[in-house]
Amino acid sequence: MVYNFIINLGYLLGAIAFVWGLRLLSSPDTAKKGNTLAGIGMTLAILSALFTKEISGPNNYGWIVGGGIIGAIAGYFAAKKVKMTDMPQMVSVFNGLGGACAVLLAVVELFLIYNKGHAASNSILVILLSTILIGGITFTGSMLAYAKLQGLIKGNQFLLPKHNMINNIMLIALVALGVYLFTLGAGASQNLAIIFLIGSLIFGASFVIPIGGADMPVVISLLNSFSGISAAVAGLIYHNNIMLVGGILVGASGTILTVLMCNAMNRSLLNVLIGGFGGGASTAGKGGGSGDEVVKEVSINDAAIQLFYSDSVMIIPGYGLAVAQAQKVCKEVDDLLSANGVQVTYGIHPVAGRMPGHMNVLLAEADVPYDKLLDLDAANAALPSTDVVVIVGANDVVNPAAIDDPSSPIYGMPVLEVWKAKNTIVLKRSMSPGYAGIQNPLFFKNNNHMLFGDAKDTLTKLATELKEM
Amino acid sequence: MEAFYQFFNDNIFLIYLLIFTIILGFEVISKVPTVLHTPLMSGSNAISGIVIIGAILLIRQAASDDYFSLSLGLIAIIFGMINVMGGFVVTDRMLEMFKKKKKKK
Repeated sequence: MVYNFIINLGYLLGAIAFVWGLRLLSSPDTAKKGNTLAGIGMTLAILSALFTKEISGPNNYGWIVGGGIIGAIAGYFAAKKVKMTDMPQMVSVFNGLGGACAVLLAVVELFLIYNKGHAASNSILVILLSTILIGGITFTGSMLAYAKLQGLIKGNQFLLPKHNMINNIMLIALVALGVYLFTLGAGASQNLAIIFLIGSLIFGASFVIPIGGADMPVVISLLNSFSGISAAVAGLIYHNNIMLVGGILVGASGTILTVLMCNAMNRSLLNVLIGGFGGGASTAGKGGGSGDEVVKEVSINDAAIQLFYSDSVMIIPGYGLAVAQAQKVCKEVDDLLSANGVQVTYGIHPVAGRMPGHMNVLLAEADVPYDKLLDLDAANAALPSTDVVVIVGANDVVNPAAIDDPSSPIYGMPVLEVWKAKNTIVLKRSMSPGYAGIQNPLFFKNNNHMLFGDAKDTLTKLATELKEM
Repeated sequence: MEAFYQFFNDNIFLIYLLIFTIILGFEVISKVPTVLHTPLMSGSNAISGIVIIGAILLIRQAASDDYFSLSLGLIAIIFGMINVMGGFVVTDRMLEMFKKKKKKK
């Protein structure tokens, strides 16, 4: 009796630790404690699962400990070695593994029902089939997101004609097949179940294929939410409350982030999923002036002088900063300017980068204090009184077409209104449009200057110039 | 429909838990500032590794000679553990960077 009490108490405290940990995660001062607390909760839950007497069996502890050690070592080193710029990839992989874990559980349980005569109630069949579908989508969807982020798959590679329609038909067919398998009960053909599994896996990859780079924050948030939901549904297999609670919490947090990201782009989730931002945009949005207008270039030296003698500078980082690994040298420029009395801030757009909060993490890595980071509203309020705005590898989030060009695909998206500042300098590799494939009229504005070159390279040269002043 | 009523009545406690957890989740997380979006995501990601509990229960119940269940269960444990361990460690690493600046000021 006491034994069971301790086990259940372990689960309960674990669940409370998850809730409280997430709560602490929502403030920079307590976030680290929150993460540790959630980790303790996880440890309690695992211990309870290892020693609960609610289930009977040969235990096979050797298999559990062996797998646990392998996974722990692999996870530990992956987490310690990953570069901060590669964080979106890492989160994608972890999401995917969680989904894969849920799928494996459902596959085994379903196999036991079909072949070993395990009991098959209606509810368990619904749960298992849903786990395979949701977990499968999470797994291959995340892996494809990883491949895209890592540059293993380029933009619209593998994009079929009418891809979204194919996806929709595939999803309907999968759900229909799932319902059919359910009606067959324990007597269903195992091959049909295997087709269902493979179909779910293919659909997961296929639904991420048309979604372009700039929409990645939405996809990653969504897959994060799915990984939680698949864990929660898998929890129903074992009537395990903490799996349900943990999974739902993650599902909720992923959903909130997804909604925030969609709002930041002024688009609905449906529009992101089937809109094909990257693909369909090529025809529209050429209104910015393609070729006949001229852009003004600025030399490193002139740019350095301009920055050095200004009162306030705002740096707008984008994905280009991450690609060039330029966050530390960016901070160096910041330090040199600050030492001269220039007030330096950073304007962070919610969807800058490839995952929610991507830029904040990079700048934190470079030791930029987080009170220098302005969010969209604060940055827009400060921009009209800013002397020089330096845009490092950002493009769509500073595109004036979002405000004044109704034909632009990003029309309506809240952007950083950098053209209201006195001067803007854009650090960019070339004139090629951003990930969304949209021309940026900002480049042709009168008070804008371009500084072509690799972001890290350019910032390093800027720093050198500034040191000599 | 009768089956649905039956299911609802049998699992009423579970349904309460489900709904209250959803509400709680939205309440707790909706106030997270932009700065912390990435750590929140990787931290909650680690929590979704709770699915490893299922893998543990699965292996514990499997017959000792049921190598199909055991080997798939083993892979599930490895995946789940990478998710858990990696998620918490990487979140800790990120938050350490946020904390560092606090002291310097």
